[in-house]
Amino acid sequence: MRTLSMRDALNEALREEMRNQPELTLLGQDIGAYGGTFGVYKGLFDEFGPERVRDGPLCESATVGFGIGLAISGMRCVVELEFMDFTTVAMDQIVNQAAKLHYFLGGQVTVPLLIRTPIVSRMGMGPQHSQSLESWFMHVPGLKIAIPSNAYDAKGLMKTALRGLDPVLFIENVKLYGTSAEVPTEDYSIPFGKARTLREGTDVTVVALSGTVPEALAAAESAAQAGIQVEVVDPRTLNPLDDAGIAASLRKTGRLIIVHDAYRTCGVAAEISQRMMETAFDYLNAPIMRVTGLDVPVPSGALYQNVVPNRENLLQAIQSIVN
Amino acid sequence: MSAKSPLSPEELLHLYRKMVQIRVFEEQAIELFGKGLITGTTHPCIGQEAISVGVCAALGREDQVLATYRGHGAALAKGCSPATIMAELLTRTTGCCKGRGGSMHLCDTAQGFLGTNAIVAAHIPLAGGVALSNKLRKKPLVTACFFGDGASCEGEFFETLNMAALWKVPLIFVCENNGYAISVPTNLSQATPDIADRARGFGMTSVVVDGNDVVAVHLAARAAVEEARHGRGPIFLECKTVRWERHSAFSAGRYEDPEEAQKWKRVDPLPRFREMLLSSGTAAAQLAKVDQDCQEEIAAAVAFAVQSPSPDAASLYEGIFVE
Repeated sequence: MRTLSMRDALNEALREEMRNQPELTLLGQDIGAYGGTFGVYKGLFDEFGPERVRDGPLCESATVGFGIGLAISGMRCVVELEFMDFTTVAMDQIVNQAAKLHYFLGGQVTVPLLIRTPIVSRMGMGPQHSQSLESWFMHVPGLKIAIPSNAYDAKGLMKTALRGLDPVLFIENVKLYGTSAEVPTEDYSIPFGKARTLREGTDVTVVALSGTVPEALAAAESAAQAGIQVEVVDPRTLNPLDDAGIAASLRKTGRLIIVHDAYRTCGVAAEISQRMMETAFDYLNAPIMRVTGLDVPVPSGALYQNVVPNRENLLQAIQSIVN
Repeated sequence: MSAKSPLSPEELLHLYRKMVQIRVFEEQAIELFGKGLITGTTHPCIGQEAISVGVCAALGREDQVLATYRGHGAALAKGCSPATIMAELLTRTTGCCKGRGGSMHLCDTAQGFLGTNAIVAAHIPLAGGVALSNKLRKKPLVTACFFGDGASCEGEFFETLNMAALWKVPLIFVCENNGYAISVPTNLSQATPDIADRARGFGMTSVVVDGNDVVAVHLAARAAVEEARHGRGPIFLECKTVRWERHSAFSAGRYEDPEEAQKWKRVDPLPRFREMLLSSGTAAAQLAKVDQDCQEEIAAAVAFAVQSPSPDAASLYEGIFVE
């Protein structure tokens, strides 16, 4: 089977759906001839033109607002927010408008809006360009959240998102754009709410998100050499979250570590941990562990490496939880 | 106001009927709030009826309106049924939003009424997106967006002025300048006397009109709709008005000057329009008949609302997502 980079897989998903859905419109900044800040839109402007691949002014809030306006009019829209940190500027539109309109207007409108935004946590870009804010959005009812870690999942989840009627926050990762995976040429989609086991193991479950997935797989490989069999589970979506899938792995291994780049306090790990306490407590052979970003603003430069988790401190956690 | 109106007797009577309908509706809403039948809050538009009536009478049924939390008048003016709107104020299942929205969140897509919003200015970019959808689909529809002087200080207002003007969307900005943002008067919040000046800065046709003169508002709106419908939008209308004595039925809303709180009565658009109709030859009996009809219509709306069931708590999780 052919392999595609995550960047190209996302590009292909968008291109195919734009061909299938003549009203699908892209809004954002630097998305036209420039091809998107990280190149995900390469070639789309040439194929679909400036009406549908619509570069606009630098105003995240109204850009999302216009996207919602198109969506409630029945025109599916994809808005790109160039760094996840910039979602903060559009917070009202995302959490008070997109997430709630369908509910509080009694189902009269639907919001088929997809907001794409990349985490840029491992490039040393400093405190305003490095954040993983997924838990903020998981906190709010009404937003679906995809957070794929590889090309195959990215394309399949993007397809589902672009065919549904609910607002979706699609969280990508700049460090993963260049990583490749097998992606079929035939059409496929991946349902939300189904975790994927990326490596099977019997001793400890590691639930990893986004950019920490490669670190988790590397740590699992190292652990295997020391005789510890690690199961690596990627939830792939946070809303809905596959509680049952994570719990099934936990029941098998009896131990759980959750890893993410985001800040430790009120991070997704805290939520997953609590849900497992509520549903699978009796299967725990050790306290659940978190390996997360530190509760500090992410500094500029190489020091970021001390802030986000890596395979070494994850391996330490694995060794500690089995002993 | 000239004795000889450019409007036909039927058109004038329609404007009068809608203004009385809204006035009676709002008086009933305040009474029901006082009785505890409306929970939370409610924002009457008493004294500002001429704006929503004058503008909406210039729109067709398929044209779209988005408005603010002070939006009962806009909903009725756009053709929503008083019974379903009143039921929504009382959060009953028969309400336009099934009792999920309440006083600040009204919607009836069948009437082109796409919702009122309780985050100040947040609906302005949504209206921009709706107007953009009309343009992209080459539909000859116009979108009108009502907002207050308070909203004109928000970033999304300026962002949307820019985007709407840049993309020449068929949108009419209708600023209901009632002189107050809750307790802060415009002289403490606005750098210039006319909010309309801001739109001129974006190269937009921008008109200031006496918002308490329904004929003046209507004629200005007709001209604006004509322009916007023929691709010469967006257009800005600033309608100067005076707010009812308080921000909402809930708020204490004391003014420094008690005289000021009663100012709306001295410029009340309803008796003023009635005088104009009588002096131009409309029979008093004809107006009395309209008054009576509206009293009966709203009494029936209240009865319908009061007798309707409240939503069951078991339905709380329904409709967060479409699928």
